[in-house]
Amino acid sequence: MSEMIETLEQTALSDYKYGFVTDIEADEAPLGLNEDIIRFISQKKCEPEWMLKWRLKAFRYWLSIEDKEPTWANISYPKIDYQNIRYYSAPKQKIAPGSLDEIDPELRKTFDKLGISLNEQNRLSGIAVDAVIDSVSIGTTFKAQLAEQGIIFCSITEAIQHHPDLVKKYMGSVVPMTDNYFAALNSAVFTDGSFCYIPKGVRCPMELSTYFRINAENTGQFERTLLVADEGAYVSYLEGCTAPMRDENQLHAAVVELVALDSAEIKYSTVQNWYPGDKEGKGGIYNFVTKRGICGANAKISWTQVETGSAITWKYPSVILKGDNAVGEFYSVAVTNNFQQADTGTKMLHVGKNTRSRIVSKGISAGRSNNSYRGLVQVGKNAHHSRNFSQCDSLLLGDKCGAHTFPYIETKNSTSIVEHEATTSKIGEDQIFYCNQRGIDTETAIALIINGFAKEVMNQLPMEFAVEAQKLLAISLEGSVG
Amino acid sequence: MSLVETIQDKYNELNTFAGNGLLGSMREKAFEKYNKSGIPTSRHEEWKYTRLTSLANKNFELNATAILPSDEVLNSIRLQTEYAAELFFINGVFIKEISSFQNDAMVVLPLNEAAESEHKNYLHQHLNQSSKYMKDGMNALNAAFTANGLFVLIKKDKVVDKPIIIYHLTDTTDDNVFVQPRSLFVIEENAQVQLIELYKNNGLQESFTNEVIEIAVHENAKLEYYKVQDETENCHHVGTTHVQQVGKCFTHCVTVTLNGGTIRNNINMILEAPNNEGHLYGLYMVDGKTHVDNHSIVDNVMPNCFSNELYKGIMEGNSTGVFNGKIYVRQDAQKTNAYQSNKNVLMSDTASVNTKPQLEIYADDVKCSHGCTVGRLDNEALFYLRARGIDEKQAKALLLNAFASDILEQVKPEALRTYIGKKINERLNIDEL
Repeated sequence: MSEMIETLEQTALSDYKYGFVTDIEADEAPLGLNEDIIRFISQKKCEPEWMLKWRLKAFRYWLSIEDKEPTWANISYPKIDYQNIRYYSAPKQKIAPGSLDEIDPELRKTFDKLGISLNEQNRLSGIAVDAVIDSVSIGTTFKAQLAEQGIIFCSITEAIQHHPDLVKKYMGSVVPMTDNYFAALNSAVFTDGSFCYIPKGVRCPMELSTYFRINAENTGQFERTLLVADEGAYVSYLEGCTAPMRDENQLHAAVVELVALDSAEIKYSTVQNWYPGDKEGKGGIYNFVTKRGICGANAKISWTQVETGSAITWKYPSVILKGDNAVGEFYSVAVTNNFQQADTGTKMLHVGKNTRSRIVSKGISAGRSNNSYRGLVQVGKNAHHSRNFSQCDSLLLGDKCGAHTFPYIETKNSTSIVEHEATTSKIGEDQIFYCNQRGIDTETAIALIINGFAKEVMNQLPMEFAVEAQKLLAISLEGSVG
Repeated sequence: MSLVETIQDKYNELNTFAGNGLLGSMREKAFEKYNKSGIPTSRHEEWKYTRLTSLANKNFELNATAILPSDEVLNSIRLQTEYAAELFFINGVFIKEISSFQNDAMVVLPLNEAAESEHKNYLHQHLNQSSKYMKDGMNALNAAFTANGLFVLIKKDKVVDKPIIIYHLTDTTDDNVFVQPRSLFVIEENAQVQLIELYKNNGLQESFTNEVIEIAVHENAKLEYYKVQDETENCHHVGTTHVQQVGKCFTHCVTVTLNGGTIRNNINMILEAPNNEGHLYGLYMVDGKTHVDNHSIVDNVMPNCFSNELYKGIMEGNSTGVFNGKIYVRQDAQKTNAYQSNKNVLMSDTASVNTKPQLEIYADDVKCSHGCTVGRLDNEALFYLRARGIDEKQAKALLLNAFASDILEQVKPEALRTYIGKKINERLNIDEL
């Protein structure tokens, strides 16, 4: 409670506190997109021949669908000029840092300012971090300690160089390059991201995390993350992101692939806080993300997301429940304010027997924003005794915003049970009155109610993130209530 | 010749034959629109689950006139009940000669005559309003061929105590036929009416119906509307019922689908005035290869409206059921209460259900919810009944009957309710419960 008030007070002064720019010299590719740019990226990353071929193949496919940018989502934005984006920008570092201590102090400061510690000594946070700025990963912490247990945690660039077999085997296996428009684009021009492999039966001893930061102007960020949990392994993974405040829109098109082999478990949490644009809807990040996981028998994948940033969010973390008894979960809080637009949801594809999935989605819209839930639950012919429960609640704050629900339910099996329910409402006057009566002022009461509304999802977040996410929730809605 | 070709071939001939005027200009615009969009394919988001392409490539006859059926045939499709009006569409053409109605409460005219009559203002106001919501080629196609449709006006302050029954008879004894019935109903202030549309066919060839019925309900009027489809599996159907609640009024609509080939029912309920109330119910109980798609739009435009929607489906054999419900709440529509529910029972592993209940809300002071379920009969309930000596067939029938009764109860005219109840029992292969 007291924390809530404090947060609100703090944020009354600052709107988007991550909006600063770090002045660092950057090594950049020229604007535009063509085969030479792809060769340039590949060369910068010292990639093997097969990777370049893969990229070019994806690029040629993308060219063939270039004019077919998807229009089905409930969002509107001016046409993106793909030739006016810089596809590679890396902070200039004189020598490649051999260890974390050699990282440019300016960069280290940037991450300190964002509250991300690149110091391994700082055991308080107890999280291994892979820090990505614009197009490159600048460092990964606790690598050695993780390696002792056989866990590989590094940037994807490093993985392509050092663990080509694993990358070759799994990359594109969950999200093929031809999957959709943005996945094809990403496959061609992806620059960095994280790679993680947990060996058989290993329980990852600490939270793994990637922090994404866009810094340079006119630059698109195309991250690619690949997580593989071998049989019986467990990993909890966090992802955070911020960007400076700029007047023009910047593109962020990511692909995240999760592979949970038999009996493995992956918990993937995101707190997405890209710059959402100003109060007039100017600027902000376009966030077009393809996230998908595949479950083997008895495996489990759980997505938790708190979406507060971005001018446009287009994101559908999905789970393919391929093995018998697999479990998929999706917990989401999406907050939109001012002119933000979010079209987000999930897909649960039941293929194996006795597969179970659960969807809890909470949408909060304020200002002139639009917030849509779009989900698909598909039960295949052989998914006997599968079970799904979905709940999508929307809360409207203000009379100029919109809340929309587009669930798709396709069932081909008579022994399965699928349930979906959704409600839309505003904060009840009686609820506010109840709080007022007990000496809680209206603004605090609203914060309290919103917190309660989102609690089911917040509870799923790892401790370190939950506090931050709760603060974020208050910040995003600041000025829209009362 | 495929249907698509026949349409192009016949348009000019029929258009010249039908003359100009209000309907003429509507036809022209609509045909242009149809040529642009064509017959919808599954790439069209609203037609994702229903495919018409194979029908569009089949040979269907398209005629502007119909041969009158014998009295014997007519008698065989009649509901055993008293009626205020009995209106016949034979192969999509309204036949005034065999229709009958009470003169004092209503005006019944063929649409082309109505366009020249004193009621033409109503046509200007309400005809083809459905095209604002139905942007696909099927709706335009119907408008492009509208000539000898039906116009009914229920006069101000008249309470029609017996139902008005519209029989749609498709005669497919000789050829495959493509038929496009069109009607416009205007219910004036304080009037009350029960409307029944019954679809029947006669013959073994295939038929493809593309229907549009538009109903404008004025201040303080009350409408009950029932659409019952009981054809054979050679009969394909795309129908749009567009209910425009112009003044503060009450509507109650029930769609029942028992049989057919590929069926698509669009129902739009537009709550244009404050304090409107609307109810939508639907039952689809199909087997064999029947594909039934219920598409509904409830548009809350003004404040203080109430709408409720309940659709239930039972799928057996290789059938497919589709439900697509959309509730809009516009920015001005504060204090809206809107509910939507869709429940499905799958009786076989070869049947499937696709459901898509959607909400689009732009006002904040509203209460809206939707829910949908897909499941099977409860094994414990079945066991309970069988433990009491009721055999499996009976027990299943009992449970399914109970499941369907929520909708059946909403069918107010007794004769129609008995008719549907009997059909359900026939399907469940039992005499009576």
